[in-house]
Amino acid sequence: MAGQASVPAAKKGFALPQVPKILVYIVGFIPAVWLFYAGINDQLGADPMRYLEQALGLWALRFLIATLTVTPLRQLFNINLLRYRRALGLLAFYYAVLHLTTYLVLDQGLDIAAIVADIVKRPYITIGMATFVILVPLAVTSNNAAIRRMGGQAWAKLHRLVYVAAIGAALHFILVVKSWPPEPLVYAAIVAVLLGYRLVRRTTKRASPRQRPA
Amino acid sequence: MLIRRPNDILPSEITPREIYLNRRQWMAGAAGLALAAGLPGALSAAPLNAAKSPFSTDEKKTSLEDVTSYNNYYEFGTAKEDPAAKAKSLKTSPWTVKIDGMVGKPGEFAVEDLIKSSALEERIYRMRCVEGWSMVIPWVGFPLADLVKRVEPLGSAKYVAFETAYRPDEMPGVDSFFPVLEWPYVEGLRLDEAMNPLTILAVGLYGETLPNQNGAPIRLVVPWKYGFKGIKSITRISFVDKQPETSWNKQAANEYGFYANVNPSVDHPRWSQATERRIGEGGLFVKRRPTLMFNGYAEQVASLYTGMDLKKFY
Repeated sequence: MAGQASVPAAKKGFALPQVPKILVYIVGFIPAVWLFYAGINDQLGADPMRYLEQALGLWALRFLIATLTVTPLRQLFNINLLRYRRALGLLAFYYAVLHLTTYLVLDQGLDIAAIVADIVKRPYITIGMATFVILVPLAVTSNNAAIRRMGGQAWAKLHRLVYVAAIGAALHFILVVKSWPPEPLVYAAIVAVLLGYRLVRRTTKRASPRQRPA
Repeated sequence: MLIRRPNDILPSEITPREIYLNRRQWMAGAAGLALAAGLPGALSAAPLNAAKSPFSTDEKKTSLEDVTSYNNYYEFGTAKEDPAAKAKSLKTSPWTVKIDGMVGKPGEFAVEDLIKSSALEERIYRMRCVEGWSMVIPWVGFPLADLVKRVEPLGSAKYVAFETAYRPDEMPGVDSFFPVLEWPYVEGLRLDEAMNPLTILAVGLYGETLPNQNGAPIRLVVPWKYGFKGIKSITRISFVDKQPETSWNKQAANEYGFYANVNPSVDHPRWSQATERRIGEGGLFVKRRPTLMFNGYAEQVASLYTGMDLKKFY
């Protein structure tokens, strides 16, 4: 028994307590529930709509970043969180939906003309909207049935779009603020490191078979 | 210039004065204690006597809490709540304003003397931020024109340049790794804009001396322009013959012009200027209201810009 258990444990690496996936969703939605509760009870400061809008967007970016840390954590530190990655990715999408809904309904009051003008004229809105559009097929195919239907390779290829979404989200954040305050730059740097890591690993992996004789 | 009373309703008919009087008495006591204890900053808020002004609007005032907790004062950080949390470190007493350049009577003026020698007025003005939100703020101050006349500008003076204090030890935001703006903060007005009776130097709000986060001890208020023209904590006023540099224009010239007149038909690249959100109105379910040309002060200021292409001179 002990031997049997130790083999997969060694393969899996760092032994994390297995928490049910539903718990990730429950914890993940706490900020949203708190924000709406505080917003309705007038506890979000002088400009509650703007606070809610920005906070939801920031949580979307945070979950997107969390999704992108799963692979490096496994490869570099042998920490396997793969079973929670779908939940993290979907949380990013749900927060993006809430962020967009806040913009459309509470910020713009569903004024279609103003929204269209915003999308056409303001690059940060154009980029934000494009980022959301990219996330939609990823969310729709974030289930086992879709993986089976599409086949693993095609599915993985599609889901590489998450890199584009991460760049879009970071850029959207940088462009919305005046001047260059540090916070959006810090988030952009984190995204750059996570994507840069993949680029470096891909290049070195490709080069390695030639370098190392079998 | 013909200046009409914007309305016939006295501000006192809208907000019961007793509420502020009570607060003032309490604050006067608190200010006395603070002075006795030698405490700096916001605690020393002192009551100011100010006459009513026909230029005041009768719109519902933004609450003192919102006016003093939602600020753009980047010397203390870029978040709206930063100035309220961090501006206490600014030592506003003693404070002098240096007046130089093309004037007959240059000099250093103590803020207390400026306050004592001026007839203070309450001016309840709309304040429109370039970010698309607005407030209604009961400032206490005096017309900039009064000061300009007193220092006797020379005929060559065409513009007025303003400068904010630059004190890295007291301003945590000016030392940041990525400088948000080039310090010190500078702003400017054309001389005729500076002389317009709507333009004031504010030394208080809600009947008391200015809280630090709102630009204590003395700041500019130009109600028909975007809020960033309202330079805070002024240490220098210069009379010059060339259009002075302004901070946000230096940071992004395509976004912020010298004039910065509130204009719903000239969009900022990142924000539509057609509408605005009035802070404190509607909470989460705030409804946008249309932005007015010159922030609703067209009657008093439109003539300053006759014949100018305001899309070009934004």
